[in-house]
Amino acid sequence: MITTIASAGLPVDETLRIQKHRVSPAGKDCGKRISIVTGIHGDELEGQFVCYELLRRIYAEKEKLTGTVDVYPAMNPLGIDSVTRGIPAFDLDMNRIFPGNMDGSMTEYLASEIIRDLSGSDLCLDIHASNIYLTEIPQIRINELHRNTLVPLAMESNIDFIWVHGANTVLESTLAYSLNSTGTPTLVVEMGVGMRITKEYGCQLVEGILNLMRVLGIWQGETVPVRQPILSDRAEDVCFLNAGEAGIFVKEAMHGSRVEKGQMIGQIIDPLAGKVLEEVLSPVDGFLFTIREYPVVDEGSLMARILTGGAVK
Amino acid sequence: MRQSTIFEISSLYRDNFRVSGYTFGNGEKAVCVLGSIRGNEIQQIYTCSLLVERLKELEENGAIHAGKKILVIPSGNPYSMNISKRFWPTDNTDINRMFPGYHLGETTQRIAAGIFETVKDYQNGIQLASFYMPGNFMPHVRMMKTGFEDVERAREFGLPYIVLRTPRPYDTTTLNYNWQIWETHAYSLYTTTTERIDPKSAAQAVRAMLNFMAQEGILDYRSHKGYCSEVVDDRDMRSVRTSKAGIFECCVEVGDEVKQGDILACVRNPYDGSMREKIQAPQAGTIFFAHDAPLVYESTAVFKMV
Repeated sequence: MITTIASAGLPVDETLRIQKHRVSPAGKDCGKRISIVTGIHGDELEGQFVCYELLRRIYAEKEKLTGTVDVYPAMNPLGIDSVTRGIPAFDLDMNRIFPGNMDGSMTEYLASEIIRDLSGSDLCLDIHASNIYLTEIPQIRINELHRNTLVPLAMESNIDFIWVHGANTVLESTLAYSLNSTGTPTLVVEMGVGMRITKEYGCQLVEGILNLMRVLGIWQGETVPVRQPILSDRAEDVCFLNAGEAGIFVKEAMHGSRVEKGQMIGQIIDPLAGKVLEEVLSPVDGFLFTIREYPVVDEGSLMARILTGGAVK
Repeated sequence: MRQSTIFEISSLYRDNFRVSGYTFGNGEKAVCVLGSIRGNEIQQIYTCSLLVERLKELEENGAIHAGKKILVIPSGNPYSMNISKRFWPTDNTDINRMFPGYHLGETTQRIAAGIFETVKDYQNGIQLASFYMPGNFMPHVRMMKTGFEDVERAREFGLPYIVLRTPRPYDTTTLNYNWQIWETHAYSLYTTTTERIDPKSAAQAVRAMLNFMAQEGILDYRSHKGYCSEVVDDRDMRSVRTSKAGIFECCVEVGDEVKQGDILACVRNPYDGSMREKIQAPQAGTIFFAHDAPLVYESTAVFKMV
């Protein structure tokens, strides 16, 4: 059943609607509930395929469903429709306004309705797709404050990497923080790249979601053995490569691959001069889990992240 | 007056990105003023330019006290202003969400670090700030309640209001917040407008800053001392919201005193002109903020009253 969880009138002959698709056995709410959320950032589209594919798989074997699945494919429908990361007209990052305010502005009201609808889920997945600049391998990011609850769930998600990061005050305005701090376990998935769909990653995550549903006791269909992810929980294990020069970044290394110290990750070139401005070499042995996709770089632009240390075998 | 480049990075195809500063006087770092940091803050850069012009005159007349240094940075982000973009051109990040910055981080973190390195040791820091919603303000000084805020000093600006704001999580990366954490007396000055210049309001802000500097013993300046500021907690302001979206016809201006029930604005159907909502004052008071865009969404705070 498709329902509207929040709506707001727009100035000229249009209503903004945030919708969800609920699937439950025999159309009745029962058992535990998993919520799949995506589209908070309008330029991150990887979750669109995940929503479609998950619903397709569930409907293909609906008799195997023993709980409730709520799918929210477009938390920021105006952003998705207008190729805008934030909320159009407000120039506002939707993932910095949670938990919202029922009596606040239109955006705060929408945020509060989203929290109200998701609260009480036994598990929520908030699927992101990096941004238009960086490609990420399928990973789950966890605030260290919530690691005890979330790491065991993330291990069942068929992703490649779990990044437990330090607490950050700014991130207290995110959907995941608001839900986790009020008792709704929420996993943040980052995978792929903005404005694109990586079908392989989408299928990988759908298998992970079905496995999580099995673990929660709401799916009796077939599941595949999940991948054993790398777990990183020390800040010093992540090496950031930032551009030393403005130019055009041309990548050489493949993301998701092992790299050795001194290996070329890419080059920053100057097309006007016909010269290489910077050879970007890996300063460490490690696992390349982030690589820059968008070629134009300023000084300081992030080009790659490499996981090093004991977590990488 | 000495002009200097505070921070500079190169670009592939554009001229170098430069943050320029204007220094007056010598000695202890008495006050730093930062104008625009977002590309749409035209009134803020304009106000700073008027301040630079005035400080130059005062310096030439020997009005700046010995041992006191003033730094004015009209713009922390000329790149965005030159292409009519609010945030950083390449990745749309907000420099005012990057403080105190990081020299080895991403571009806007580096810019924030470069600016902060220069401005952090000043005794007083003034930022000409703007609000994310389109609208006009009563001129005021805004301070975050960090435990380091100094309300009595804020009165020296002589602006009509001093607003105290309880920081939200995203405020912790603003210049104002970090200035206070680094023990600079930090003030955000709001003039009436952002994207359009308002010469009268800009002149009032320049007078306010010079009055402040005079009372802090930084320079000699004689002018009307302005208002006896009223201190308001932002949580005590009354927001007036729309319940309908449409064309917004505003019937009042900031600073107007209204009675309970007065019509503040009308929201009309953009197709047939019919009235969708008459927005009435929920209480008697003064209009502190008024929405000024021609369209309005529902549940939008279009007025704030004190």
